[in-house]
Amino acid sequence: MKKRVVITGMGVVAPNGVDLVNFEDAIQKGKSGIRFEEELDRLKFSCQIAGKPQLSEEKIAEYFTPLQLRGLNSSGIVYGVIAGTDAWKDAGLEIQENEAPDWDSGIIFGTGILGVDKFREAIHLIDAGKTRRLGSTSVMQTMASGISAYLGGILGCGNQVTTNSSACTTGTEALLMGFERITAGKAKRILVGSCSDHGPYVWGGFDAMRILPSKYNANPTEASRPMSASAAGFVPGSGAGALVLEDYESAMERGAKIYAEVLGGAVNSGGQRGGGSMTAANSEAVIRCIEEALRFSEISAEEIDVINGHLTATTKDALEVESWKKALNSKDFPYINSLKGMTGHCLAASGSIECVASVLQMDKNFIFGNVNCEDLNSEISDLISEEKIPRKTLEKPINILAKSSFGFGDVNSVVIFRKI
Amino acid sequence: MKEKEILNAIKKIVTPYTQRQEGLEDFSEETDFIKDLEVNSANLVDVILDVEDEFNIEIDNESMEGMLTVGDAKNIIEQKLASA
Repeated sequence: MKKRVVITGMGVVAPNGVDLVNFEDAIQKGKSGIRFEEELDRLKFSCQIAGKPQLSEEKIAEYFTPLQLRGLNSSGIVYGVIAGTDAWKDAGLEIQENEAPDWDSGIIFGTGILGVDKFREAIHLIDAGKTRRLGSTSVMQTMASGISAYLGGILGCGNQVTTNSSACTTGTEALLMGFERITAGKAKRILVGSCSDHGPYVWGGFDAMRILPSKYNANPTEASRPMSASAAGFVPGSGAGALVLEDYESAMERGAKIYAEVLGGAVNSGGQRGGGSMTAANSEAVIRCIEEALRFSEISAEEIDVINGHLTATTKDALEVESWKKALNSKDFPYINSLKGMTGHCLAASGSIECVASVLQMDKNFIFGNVNCEDLNSEISDLISEEKIPRKTLEKPINILAKSSFGFGDVNSVVIFRKI
Repeated sequence: MKEKEILNAIKKIVTPYTQRQEGLEDFSEETDFIKDLEVNSANLVDVILDVEDEFNIEIDNESMEGMLTVGDAKNIIEQKLASA
């Protein structure tokens, strides 16, 4: 029989809140984490605002040894290690310094690109003929799997320790990869999550594509407007989210708090065919991904109470809602919300941060309101009832929540959570 | 620069990389970076870079290979300072 998988711990480093308590408070209140970034102004970006977690040096020093802090210049590693370590502790798991690794625990922690600031440092030294001055950590701070490697060493995990990468679906995909490994009986618990570096070298390429809003530099908190008529592009973000997935029996045995069960999900690609491209989703693939997620989770469309969408604040938002409507094909459309109005689009970290936000809503019985969506896009209100798009936080129990993430390369993932 | 000053500077440089604190307590010219202080071998290059910055010298790969103990490091530093 397949193993059941539950969530027993979470950690988050988001632009609008670092740690679970602050993050929950922020999403309950609709607090924005989007700020004006002087550096982007100096570098003549069109979009000079972004979502960047606010971390003090003291906070960072709690998670790294003085030696690890020397020359540490990879924001993705900082965010990922904090979120991952917090999730581990939240699950009531100890960090043991003993000799043997924990063979039953693994890590699947994704990223899009890691350590860009460290890489920039290296490029300057190499170009100046000073390669020998790079120091010993240039490789581990810039290799994609640097994040799972740092966490693996801190937590002492002896099962699979790896990093996945699939653009903005990365975090949700990591969760499903961990889920599958546990259902297959290959691990008892997997720390899943994802992180994304901040800064001009990550965000510049998107600015150059002119898909970021440029008219909100003076009003940053109003810039990210998912599902609104005035959605003008996504605001770039950064951060990390992490969840401890655990075999149900193992969680019960050690009396762990269970946030929710992962019923299942699906991952697919539109093959960059049929309307899909490097940057746009093939709607047929999105619909199939939702349908498959329902089938694998053995639930009907009517059972979904809430959708936490990908919904980045572009004209494609209406298309995503339309895909959900076609896939669910039910009389009553569920409630739907997007975190990105508050955090911006945290890129590779978005899926995991939004999974944490989704599970927090289930745990604390609320549906957070959609921020900056007073002027609902009429293409969306033509599809579904306005009351299903709460603009203010609702207090409501949630039994089943569906979470979607889509990414460049025409890749999709949908996961289904159930309260337990 | 006096021998003692050089040894003190080496001790200060190597401290953050030391995983075996007892090794610092009986720090001498015989102290072996890897065996006694348990400095991660990957971190030896960072120790070299810190030594270069501290004494404003350059330590080539060949000299680095001969730097197993604190005494070796002191001798190389003295040599480089004398030829600078």
